[in-house]
Amino acid sequence: MSAADILSLLPMVILAGGILLTLILIALRRSHLLIFTAAEIIILAAIVAALLHLNQEPQIIGDIIVVDRFGLYYQILLLSATLVISIFSYISLERLFPDKRKEEYYVLLMLATLGSSMMVISTHFISFFVSIEVLTISLYTLISYYRERDKAIEAGLKYLVLAAMSSAFLLFGMALIYAVSGQMSFHALFAVATNYSGSSNVMLIAGAGLMIVGIGFKLALVPFHMWAPDVYEGASSPVSAFVATVSKGGVVALLLRFFTMTDLYRYQNVMLAFTVIALLSMLAGNLLALQQRNVKRLLAYSSIAHLGYLLVAFIAGKGMGVQAATFYITIYMLTILGAFGVVTILSKTDSEADGTEYYKGLFWRRPLLAALFTLFLLSLAGIPLTAGFIGKYFLLTAGLGNRQWLLAFVLVASSVIGLFYYLRLIVTMISQDEDYQKGLSPGIPSKGGLLTLMVLGILVLGLGLSPGWLIDLVRTLP
Amino acid sequence: MILAGLIILLMGCGVLAWLAGRWNNTLPRIISLFGISIQLLVVVWIWLTHQQGSVTGQWIMTYTHSWIPAFGIQIKFGIDGLSLLMIALTAFLGLLSVLTSWKEINNRVGFFHFNLLFVLAGITGVFLSLDLFLFYFSWEVMLIPMYFLISIWGNENRTYASYKFFLFTQGSGLLMFLSILGLYLIHGHNTGIFTFDYEQLLGTVMQPQTAFLLMLGFVLAFIVKLSTVPFHSWLPDAHTQAPTAGSVILAGLLLKTGVYGLIRFVLPLFPQASHQFAPVAMVLGVVSILYGAKLAFAQTDLKRLIAYISVSHMGFILLGIYAFNEMAMQGVVMQMVAHGISTGALFIIAGTLHERIQTRDLGQMGGLWAKIPKMGALGLVFVMASLGFPGLGNFVAEFLILNGSFMANQKLTIIATLGLVAATIYALRIMQKVFYGKEQKTWVIADFSIREMGIMITLVIAVVWMGLFPSAVLTVSRPSVLKVIESVADRKAQTREAQLHRQTTLEQNITMTGASLPGHHWNTNSKKAN
Repeated sequence: MSAADILSLLPMVILAGGILLTLILIALRRSHLLIFTAAEIIILAAIVAALLHLNQEPQIIGDIIVVDRFGLYYQILLLSATLVISIFSYISLERLFPDKRKEEYYVLLMLATLGSSMMVISTHFISFFVSIEVLTISLYTLISYYRERDKAIEAGLKYLVLAAMSSAFLLFGMALIYAVSGQMSFHALFAVATNYSGSSNVMLIAGAGLMIVGIGFKLALVPFHMWAPDVYEGASSPVSAFVATVSKGGVVALLLRFFTMTDLYRYQNVMLAFTVIALLSMLAGNLLALQQRNVKRLLAYSSIAHLGYLLVAFIAGKGMGVQAATFYITIYMLTILGAFGVVTILSKTDSEADGTEYYKGLFWRRPLLAALFTLFLLSLAGIPLTAGFIGKYFLLTAGLGNRQWLLAFVLVASSVIGLFYYLRLIVTMISQDEDYQKGLSPGIPSKGGLLTLMVLGILVLGLGLSPGWLIDLVRTLP
Repeated sequence: MILAGLIILLMGCGVLAWLAGRWNNTLPRIISLFGISIQLLVVVWIWLTHQQGSVTGQWIMTYTHSWIPAFGIQIKFGIDGLSLLMIALTAFLGLLSVLTSWKEINNRVGFFHFNLLFVLAGITGVFLSLDLFLFYFSWEVMLIPMYFLISIWGNENRTYASYKFFLFTQGSGLLMFLSILGLYLIHGHNTGIFTFDYEQLLGTVMQPQTAFLLMLGFVLAFIVKLSTVPFHSWLPDAHTQAPTAGSVILAGLLLKTGVYGLIRFVLPLFPQASHQFAPVAMVLGVVSILYGAKLAFAQTDLKRLIAYISVSHMGFILLGIYAFNEMAMQGVVMQMVAHGISTGALFIIAGTLHERIQTRDLGQMGGLWAKIPKMGALGLVFVMASLGFPGLGNFVAEFLILNGSFMANQKLTIIATLGLVAATIYALRIMQKVFYGKEQKTWVIADFSIREMGIMITLVIAVVWMGLFPSAVLTVSRPSVLKVIESVADRKAQTREAQLHRQTTLEQNITMTGASLPGHHWNTNSKKAN
């Protein structure tokens, strides 16, 4: 490994080094604020380092890692999301977990981010698997961090069992592919995929199928989605936001890179499987969300549906499809962070504001916060003036450009279903009868959290009105 | 720049009104009044300074600005006679909506006006957009605030009504969006230029089946909006539950966006497919006329009754559009304006009554003329207008439509004419049940105040003016109408030309060239109309 290689990995080096530094800091002095500030600085430094590298030539390190614009873009995205999440975490920890040890939380958070951001630059099964495990193992602990709340332990355990099983699927899939081809790097697999095109080799297809199961689990796609609502509900809102954004974002990037580099698009069977998964995710996600009365569960189902939408672009293939998927995941992350942020900053000392009764008449009590939440919900629903609409437009164009009429049609139909539950939440917020007095009153939002939400809100609105710059940026990624 | 300015003005005033609502209830009203008045003044200025008759088929004014160049999306506004009329109607009814809600809306005044102005901004955007992406964008922008208007300030069953309204229009709108994307991609593949520009997309070459499917997406969105049977069921609920200003805007403007879409986009973009679709559309139109009239007659809720009148009147519009001739189309334009005014007025009367006696049930009214003669007399004027009384705007409109569609399809037109008879019955029933007959309850009720008289008299002047001097409206719309008719008929002539050409080459006959000159066909039509 040359000096240039290490330099190009600088963001990751900063993050990894920062984690060690934080551990030492904790040993020296237990102070929530201090550790929080240290974490923010470390993440910011990593973002800056990644930004500096953005315009450099792609750096290939062995066959294992490639640091290119695509990877760096995703790293910046994931790190920024972690930055926002750690702010929400600070609020949440202070409220719900006082007088306990809160400092290790940030170490785990950064470790999980490290795993996710390593994943987006992996080009080899080994680096892929190691980074996904780093992410998952940190997540087990994060999900059940509030160990005195019974649902947290349940959620953590559920995630542990299922994630371990899905890792096994993933590993077995990789092993099968390796057994046939003797290759583990994506580059080398490209040649294999070309040679074995057609369905001549059952083992290769089986391997790919098992990998789809593993990846489907990590992205909570139907029918591998069962864990998502329980985990989202049991974990604290910032952690749920982390699962929904950073964890999924990293896997999406890897999926795009894996399929583009090995050109698995040529396998009709694999694409058919993804088409079915996309259709199921869009429909089931939205239909199941209809029945939810818990905002966190609702957001869980909504994010299942959104990943289904994203697959429409993914299936559309190289070029436009990849760009659309990248654009959409960016928008999705912004919006879902905002939505979970609202739930976080409304939380009280004894419970989170996850029941819809907390939101009754919110519009008249906290107009700014309710307006922001409305904005995020409308963006999730894909209504113009918000970024979500542009994202959905991009997806549809990519899908139709590849003549995926069925997928596009289902996307449209299921987003109408989706509208229904987003609207219901908005209706709850604007209900003005006196009964909102009787509804549960949520906690008082903190200034810092409100400010963060406003930044997210401005981005969502701004990208809805002039998305040009982001589209141009996304188009320069290979 | 002026055109974009109009929209920015409305949105800006909307935000200001919201902010001002925190301190004072009157300030948002004044801000809204101010913003819409400026819009009205600008429209009048455009109307007076630009002689539309002289520039045939050209835009009076356009504004282009790049928005998302990567996808060929631009901000492109254009105004011609048709848009000018619609914008004038928007500003006019907008102004009246602010005035009618002056006393009616007393809670969340700021947010109310924010929504009101955003609906108007969206509607203005729809009438001005010359870029299909921008058009869809504005189309959706007007929905959310309208949804809020119904679901916050509506009547007892508002939540249900607002859901229904939103899901119907949003669902059909998304289908239109798919069609827009389909058109965009086909044009892109054909020419290599990916653009949403309306003028460039005109005349896109595609398979007849594809064209028909894409057209259906558009048509569905538009006929849901103009509440053609069987897609009408959202309308009675939404109109009944909305606050008065909401009903006025729904009936007067939102329905018109559907009509406008058919005229501006469907016919010119898909001339062939429109011809295929015409028989179905005309039948749907006739069914709406009669079914709407029948349902209107059966209602006991005053606002519901008026809502079904809209369904019936929109049937005439559908019939007229698909007659493909100048006379019917001019009638359609006239009907849009006249219906906007007369139904708007009826909703204002119903709203005022509701505000005063807290009921819309016809069974509880009766004999009110003695107590509120002013309202009674004005009610009579607009009831007469809706039933197509000569001398008022609606008469001219319906006459032109029926006359024009008679040239296109005689049988259907004869059946449609029955709608006029039915109109007399349901319209007179309003008068009878509300103002005449025995008093059912002893209401203590105030007549129109000076503010309300002002509103109503402006409306009366407008409807009489249109009835007596229809040419004022018709000359403005004529160039745009001719252009639309030309684009539809031109294709017909072209295909006929192609057929004739084939014939001539086959039979070695050279004498047919004169008959196949492009444009010949519609010339005869316009002569007839003159």
